Amino acid sequence: MKIAVPVDEKNMETTVCPSFGRSPFFLIYDTESKNATFIDNNAAASQGGSGIKAAQTIVDNQVSALLTPRCGENAAQVIQAANIKIYKTAGNSLQENIDAFMEGKLPVLNEIHPGFHGGRK
Amino acid sequence: MKIAVLSGKGGTGKTLVSVNLAAAAKASTYIDCDVEEPNGHLFFKPEKLVNETVAVKIPEVDNLLCNGCRKCIEFCKFNALAYIGDTLLVFEEVCHSCGGCALICPEKALREKEKAIGEIQRGVSGNVKVITGILNTGEASGIPIIKKLLDDMHEGNSKEDKKKNNESGKEFVFIDCPPGSACIVMESIKDVDYCILVAEPTLFGVHNLSMVHELVKLFGKPCGAVLNKCLDGENPAEKYCRENGINILCQIPYENEIGTMNSNALILARENDRYQALFRGLLDAVAKGGAP
Ligand code: SF4
Ligand code: SF4
Repeated sequence: MKIAVPVDEKNMETTVCPSFGRSPFFLIYDTESKNATFIDNNAAASQGGSGIKAAQTIVDNQVSALLTPRCGENAAQVIQAANIKIYKTAGNSLQENIDAFMEGKLPVLNEIHPGFHGGRK
Repeated sequence: MKIAVLSGKGGTGKTLVSVNLAAAAKASTYIDCDVEEPNGHLFFKPEKLVNETVAVKIPEVDNLLCNGCRKCIEFCKFNALAYIGDTLLVFEEVCHSCGGCALICPEKALREKEKAIGEIQRGVSGNVKVITGILNTGEASGIPIIKKLLDDMHEGNSKEDKKKNNESGKEFVFIDCPPGSACIVMESIKDVDYCILVAEPTLFGVHNLSMVHELVKLFGKPCGAVLNKCLDGENPAEKYCRENGINILCQIPYENEIGTMNSNALILARENDRYQALFRGLLDAVAKGGAP
């Protein structure tokens, strides 16, 4: 199955990016073939709605699961509409999180934070 | 004369100042543009309320016509659209109602529909016309409400009113602005004659004051400062004003009585002669400062 993870750099030793919508890159990883592709997140520099645009990228890559430390409600709506499951990462290490996911140890992410819809900052 | 009351953050006394100025004036209009947290009406408790809904236009997709070309998604710079499975999703709260996607859609699959984002409440409290803008929670932008609120201000300048105003001297309009210096604040001050900057006597207060002062300078508006919660001793906000040539209009002392009345939603200028004199004095200072 194919999974997606927001990451800080384009290599397997990198860390999971704490932000989903503003993450610089996404790792698209095939758990069977171990094939890794890194793609740019073209939403990272958007003024608003970055979560929605980033989620569109994830959906377009036809993954089955997204591993992320957090996810805003709009992004979650896009991801869930595409029947992609969201799992919550633990710690920074990309590799450890992929391993934990393969062992079924990552919990489903159920705290979805409300977005900052151009409100007061 | 139209006067905007601003501050860099909430809770500095912006509402206190604008409400009391409106109450101290002979006849005035108070417009609450702090649409995310309008508080002025809690003090005025206006009567004869009339509500008007404010709506914006939001795209709605006809799935039979949409072929999934995604031109609309590429166009939307607010990222309010996504295409999942075979359906276009519209994130209404993210949409800024620019209308562009409906224009760009080659299949004419997008139509605009009306969506309520808040309301405007008009009422009267003694000598003051009270107009309040209320943005529904979760909405992207209060700007459409502010635009409508300020249309009211121009209506208030109709010929008939002008004549009346000339006879009675001057009618004041006070605009209680949203805190900060974002575009919503710019929208609120762009047509005013004078800006009052409200600041607290702390270093943090100075930072906030400098933020709004920059904004006011950008618009080239005459302005003056009201220093709130003043104690004896050093006042960094006062120092900042002197160094930057901002006219200090008045200092409101830090007094328990003010705090108590304020938390009970009482209007100082209506409760107590001393405070009424204070705000009358401020009003005179503003009227002079704003005179061309
Ligand atoms: S531009 Fe029109 S046809 Fe193309 S995806 Fe958007 S709504 Fe559908
Ligand atoms: S109206 Fe403008 S902001 Fe709203 S979805 Fe269409 S393009 Fe985006």
